[in-house]
Amino acid sequence: MTAEPLLEVRDLKVSFRTDDGIVRAVDGVSFSLSEGETLGIVGESGSGKSVTMMSVMRLINDPNARFEGEVLYKGRDLMKLDQAQIRGIRGAGIAMIFQDPMTSLNPVYRVGWQIEEQILEHEKISKQAAHARAIELLTDVGIPQAADRVNDYPHHFSGGMRQRVMIAMALSCNPDVLVADEPTTALDVTIQAQILALIRKLKDEFGTAVVLITHDMGVVADLADRIQVMYAGRIIEKGTRRDIFYDPQHPYTWGLLGSIARLDRPKPRRLAAIPGLPPSLLRLPEGCAFGPRCPHRFARCDERPELLDKVGDGHLDACHLDVEQKREVRETTIHPELIEEVT
Amino acid sequence: MLTFIIRRLLWTVLVMFVITVVVFVIFFKTPGVDPARALAGRSPNPQTLAEIRAQLGLGRPFPVEYAIMMKKIFITRDLVSYSNQGTRVIQEIFAATPATMSLVFGAAVLWVVMAIAVGIAAALLRGTIFDPLIMVVALIGVSAPVFWVGQIVNMISQGSLHSTVLFSWVPPLGYTPFLQSPGLWFRGLVLPWITLSILYIGFYGRVLRANLLEVQNEDYVRTARAKGISERRVLMRHTLRTSMITFVSLFGLDFAALVAGGALVTEVVFGIHGVGFLFFESFQSLDLPTIMAITIYGAFFIVLINAAVDIAYAWLDPRIRPT
Amino acid sequence: MATLLEQVEVDTELRPAIAGRNPWALAARRLWRNRIAMASLVLFVLIVVLCLAAPLYAHDVAHVNPFVPNLNGHTVVNGKVVPVMQRGGGVLKLGETPLGPTWDVSHYFLGADSTGRDVAALLLYGGRSSLLIGIGSAVLCSLAATVIALIAGFFGGVIDSVASRIMDVIWAFPVFLLAICIGTELLTHSNGFQFGPVHIDPASLWLPTIIIAFIYIPYVYRPVRGQVLSVVNKEFVEAATAQGAGNMRLIFSEILPNVVSTVIVLMPLMIATTILTESALSFLGIGVQPPNVSWGTIIQDGTDLVYTRPWVTIAPGLMILLTVLSLNVLGDGVRDALDPRAKLRVEG
Repeated sequence: MTAEPLLEVRDLKVSFRTDDGIVRAVDGVSFSLSEGETLGIVGESGSGKSVTMMSVMRLINDPNARFEGEVLYKGRDLMKLDQAQIRGIRGAGIAMIFQDPMTSLNPVYRVGWQIEEQILEHEKISKQAAHARAIELLTDVGIPQAADRVNDYPHHFSGGMRQRVMIAMALSCNPDVLVADEPTTALDVTIQAQILALIRKLKDEFGTAVVLITHDMGVVADLADRIQVMYAGRIIEKGTRRDIFYDPQHPYTWGLLGSIARLDRPKPRRLAAIPGLPPSLLRLPEGCAFGPRCPHRFARCDERPELLDKVGDGHLDACHLDVEQKREVRETTIHPELIEEVT
Repeated sequence: MLTFIIRRLLWTVLVMFVITVVVFVIFFKTPGVDPARALAGRSPNPQTLAEIRAQLGLGRPFPVEYAIMMKKIFITRDLVSYSNQGTRVIQEIFAATPATMSLVFGAAVLWVVMAIAVGIAAALLRGTIFDPLIMVVALIGVSAPVFWVGQIVNMISQGSLHSTVLFSWVPPLGYTPFLQSPGLWFRGLVLPWITLSILYIGFYGRVLRANLLEVQNEDYVRTARAKGISERRVLMRHTLRTSMITFVSLFGLDFAALVAGGALVTEVVFGIHGVGFLFFESFQSLDLPTIMAITIYGAFFIVLINAAVDIAYAWLDPRIRPT
Repeated sequence: MATLLEQVEVDTELRPAIAGRNPWALAARRLWRNRIAMASLVLFVLIVVLCLAAPLYAHDVAHVNPFVPNLNGHTVVNGKVVPVMQRGGGVLKLGETPLGPTWDVSHYFLGADSTGRDVAALLLYGGRSSLLIGIGSAVLCSLAATVIALIAGFFGGVIDSVASRIMDVIWAFPVFLLAICIGTELLTHSNGFQFGPVHIDPASLWLPTIIIAFIYIPYVYRPVRGQVLSVVNKEFVEAATAQGAGNMRLIFSEILPNVVSTVIVLMPLMIATTILTESALSFLGIGVQPPNVSWGTIIQDGTDLVYTRPWVTIAPGLMILLTVLSLNVLGDGVRDALDPRAKLRVEG
């Protein structure tokens, strides 16, 4: 383990002023990312997972947005950099790919041109060299006949292919971190698997750290080293992959896990859904954000729980129930075969 | 691409044909109107009426009437204006075209340049006091009737302030052909150019600004920023490029309409004897052949420019190009 | 302890308060909050009320009949009786110049025109015509275009092709020239419009209204048809069909409500356009016909007086400018209010 983490977010808070009040999209989030590590950020819409990473890259242009906290990348606080400095980092240090490949590429420019644009922005090489590199990258991401296809327009590619192009573009300058915001949500299930496999192959090859944002636990099951679960702008659980899948500590995480259909288990009577709706970010409850929907709520939940390491060794959660209570509840309330016990 | 162009042009020919038929119907088949009498202008005598009927074959079957008229307009080009001492209509129109072209082209150059400047300025200055200020001025430009602005401009430049240094260079109302005197041609067109473009600068400036701001929220602009590109480059290369697509198609429509005689009021107010002015004169004297010919000429122009715009659109937006 | 698989009572007090509010109510609220749009709405209404009160002004305040020439009339300025047409006009100072603005509300506020009529009173009457025609034609146009668009978009196929081609042909005509052509035919040298049993007098305001409504149908038709097409393919229409809904019900209950917002956004801008068109046509002599007046005809009348009595030209133009400006600002506000994309995008 290298000494200093590559990216360290400290108590990040992002809020938006609206006609109806202040929306707290991110409410005190802290985490770190080490070199070569893959972090999965899981949560439903409105949990703040995208806003967190967009804020890290300072991509939120809304004049009504307010930011607090620190984001340290290689020791520098990104929140304090000026425009020119942050632009130097975008694409070259931290690169991002987005959810919808259909609309994320500019429709009027050839894909080669778009990749070259990024390369030429950060590196002083000739246009021909950039062009050659673009072809190389397209080949790396598995696009056949790259030398021809480099001159095609985005609408000549299918959704999965476009996402590959996006990945090629993002990795063109060998960034330290690749942020993938729901990279497979808009794609077919079979293509999803391909894209995830591609991301794994590339990250192994280049040693890139990856932040994988998704609402789908299945996506992070294979790829992530560590996972953090977000809800209503807060992190409510974080730990290693094993921790989260085999010893989940937060009722919300149970809900997420319980709602996965599994082929290797007997069919449950009904797919479990978490009843209720996420809270309005305008009016967060005083105590635990998940409280109103939590079937295990008790008196103490009116107090906002802190993210604490109760199990030990880096597995944190924000729930007032203590570890023993939780294990007991888990056994009786959740379909016992969904969770394997760790002895 | 070639088949696309050919198909588009064929379609254009068809539409032109339909237009000629419609115009013909309007003028010759409106219920309650006797075409010969209408064509003859004011107080016709029976001899003239009979002559008209014979020359144009009125009273014969509809397709024949139509064919004769079309022949006179396009092939023999000897369509004559009865209310205007037998002047040849088509030649008159050709003679008036340079004036209209000078006016419209000059105004178009002015308005395109200014509109782009205004649109970009407003988008860049968003959040400051200048953005709404520019937009209000643009809005006023759009809301003022062109002919009224022209009257006011004349009022100021030809009237009380004419002798001052501000406006002493303004020649009397009217058009001077370029070959006759470039200087006078220019000076006589400056104020009409400005008057005509005010409306369009306002409109296109707003359209462009709205487009730019809308496109700023598009996913591919977000991607461009995530690549680390400077805001200026994002604006020029990404947002502007795609915004220009709408701009160009709208521009085509307006430009065509102007060339086709839409600059009518400006020509009348400033005394520029272009096609629009001719049109105005012709319906003051009920000179039907001229009115009809100009309408057809105008419609043709629009259809032609529409086709050109479609082709330009396909060039600008690769998604439209058939592969 | 309740299990996750059973129904759990959710704490309803903490449910988001905005969920389920009527989108029209939300839009209305947003518009209400937009102070500039509200101010321009007030301005527009003020102008309308003022113009509708034209007879009131003419009879009770200014005591004039603005439609009758008043070449030998007199009026009171600063307590003195002065003739309406004054001596000493023209280059040789031997002609007559109408009275200039007195800025006295009850006595030729804006002066007289070349036949001695009270410009201020004419202005208000002119406003009536302009506004009536402007609003009338916009409404008529929108109705016609919407009906055609609904039918064409819903039934598709041949009906759609035919309708759209017809629209293309109308669209191909320079709007202005088309209006002039039709106008010339119908207004100036015939006995009005005669179509079977229908006869419209050339002096009626209906003719310009119908003509202007007609030429702008393609402008409204295109966006509305686009909207109809995008809605027709949506699932809720399929769902309604599966429920056994007939065509009429589909068109009116499912598609129309979704299309109405497009028309509403267009309306203020349409009215602005029709008012401008009417004024240009009237200025050229083929819009409103005497004895009626409109802002455009007054500007035309003022052409001879442009250098001596500028207010005859300035005033009606200013009225058009203010009216159209207020409509444009209102139109912007309506569009912003109905925009489903809220200004804030909070993503997950």
